[in-house]
Amino acid sequence: MSTQKICCAGFGGQGALSLGKILAYAAMLEGKEVSWCPSYGPEMRGGTANCHVIVSDEAIGSPVIAENAACLIAMNQPSLDKFQDIIADGGVIVLNSDLAQLHGSAKTDKIYAVPANTMAQNAFGSAKLANIILLGAVVQSVGVVRTESIEEAFAQVFGGAKEKFIPDNKKAFALGYTFAKGEHA
Amino acid sequence: MAKVLMKGNEAIGKAAIEAGCRYFFGYPITPQSELPEYLSSELPKVGGMFVQAESEVSAINMVYGAAAAGARVLTSSSSPGIALKQEGIGYITNASLPAVIVNMMRGGPGLGTIQPGQADYHMTVKGGSNGDYQNIVVAPASVQEAVDMVMEAFDLADHYRVPVIVLADGLIGQMMEPVEFHYVPKWDLPEKDWALRGKGDGEKHMVENLVMEARECEEWNLAHYRVYRKIEEQEQDWEEYKLEDAEYAFVAYGTVSRIVKSAISQLREEGYKIGLIRPKKLWPFPQKAFDRWDGQIKKYLDVEMSMGQMVQDVAYACNDKHKIEFYGRTGGIVPGVEEIVVFAKKIMGGDK
Repeated sequence: MSTQKICCAGFGGQGALSLGKILAYAAMLEGKEVSWCPSYGPEMRGGTANCHVIVSDEAIGSPVIAENAACLIAMNQPSLDKFQDIIADGGVIVLNSDLAQLHGSAKTDKIYAVPANTMAQNAFGSAKLANIILLGAVVQSVGVVRTESIEEAFAQVFGGAKEKFIPDNKKAFALGYTFAKGEHA
Repeated sequence: MAKVLMKGNEAIGKAAIEAGCRYFFGYPITPQSELPEYLSSELPKVGGMFVQAESEVSAINMVYGAAAAGARVLTSSSSPGIALKQEGIGYITNASLPAVIVNMMRGGPGLGTIQPGQADYHMTVKGGSNGDYQNIVVAPASVQEAVDMVMEAFDLADHYRVPVIVLADGLIGQMMEPVEFHYVPKWDLPEKDWALRGKGDGEKHMVENLVMEARECEEWNLAHYRVYRKIEEQEQDWEEYKLEDAEYAFVAYGTVSRIVKSAISQLREEGYKIGLIRPKKLWPFPQKAFDRWDGQIKKYLDVEMSMGQMVQDVAYACNDKHKIEFYGRTGGIVPGVEEIVVFAKKIMGGDK
């Protein structure tokens, strides 16, 4: 791998930006070059939000992804519709199947439909960790970083008073990872 | 210190503190609001002072006051907010005071858009205030470079007693990249024995702006220009990228230079001999880079997020306006790699 481009997109408040941030953090901890570039328009809760994460062995040129994404994480229908064409041939689409369905054909057949809201609701009684479940599926299906690096990233991102969130985040990550493994076993 | 993943705006705030800045006066505006937000919580922790002024105009005049008192002081804003600060920037410049001003550019003119732009080149590099003057203008292309340049900006400001403007586009402020903070002073700077710190038993200090006699004002301006000539000689700064065998050279700064680098990778794979001159300071403009490479470069491809505000400086630097081709997007649009590749191929034709 020299360069991998990942696009995370969803409604504002779903955690698309945080998902990308943890992925970027983990890659940084592995010594990779990393950029995390958010869409910033008049975004608000309920609007759309996305970020572009690039992980590379070399210095990163454009931090904006226009094509050849290794992975699209689509947390809702508008995100899937808007971004599915930036995926590279043979790239991976991880979608939150509770809120997004693929209609027609995609540029890739590597599609992971993860009912992340339902899974989060069942495991934690809230959909809040759906983003981390999807992150688990991404790391299982695309790689990008190692599971241990994600766990280290949790420790760094959730420091101090936020430490109590680490166990549930690890659990959510494992749920997504295991689900993706089962999907394309 | 290990690397941390930070947003450009926050990283600039931390860099300022590391460089000894303890005073910030500003007013929020997208896409730089994380910078004052960060400093509002972090400056008090190090015994500093954060003030959200009632407007950009009052903020820049608070900077004027703090600079006159000898403080390392910062303000930041984005395009329309920087337009409001122009009067104060002129006053600070005329009074020979050091200060650092960050401009996270967005689309313009007027209130424009909140998306990234580079159309404040004229306002910043040529001077948006009245009178004969220049400001040092640094142009980071990554979060790490923003950190390093802000630290250097404080030293440049104190050493030459001039305002320094950090000119970045909104994307640099909004994106996160790994950064490290290592402040190494560029000079062993003397005490600010000119600062207004209360006379006490010492000698009288003055910070002045109004010069009644025209001859005296001319002398004053000429003294400034002697400093500017020294800055032009000492402080030109640029990156040369894949120029060794290049027949064509892009000229781009900030975020656009990174997109151009991606375009260069594609073009070189197809055999085009093209590189990049990236100004790291926009004033003084890197004349020396053009003097060095002009002999082998057939054409310069200037790419900007503006309608071509840097073109005149490139023309002056290479002394041949016919050697310049321009491609730009405006109003907050970030150009894609592909459109830059198409533009470049059109210029180079089959010229591989």
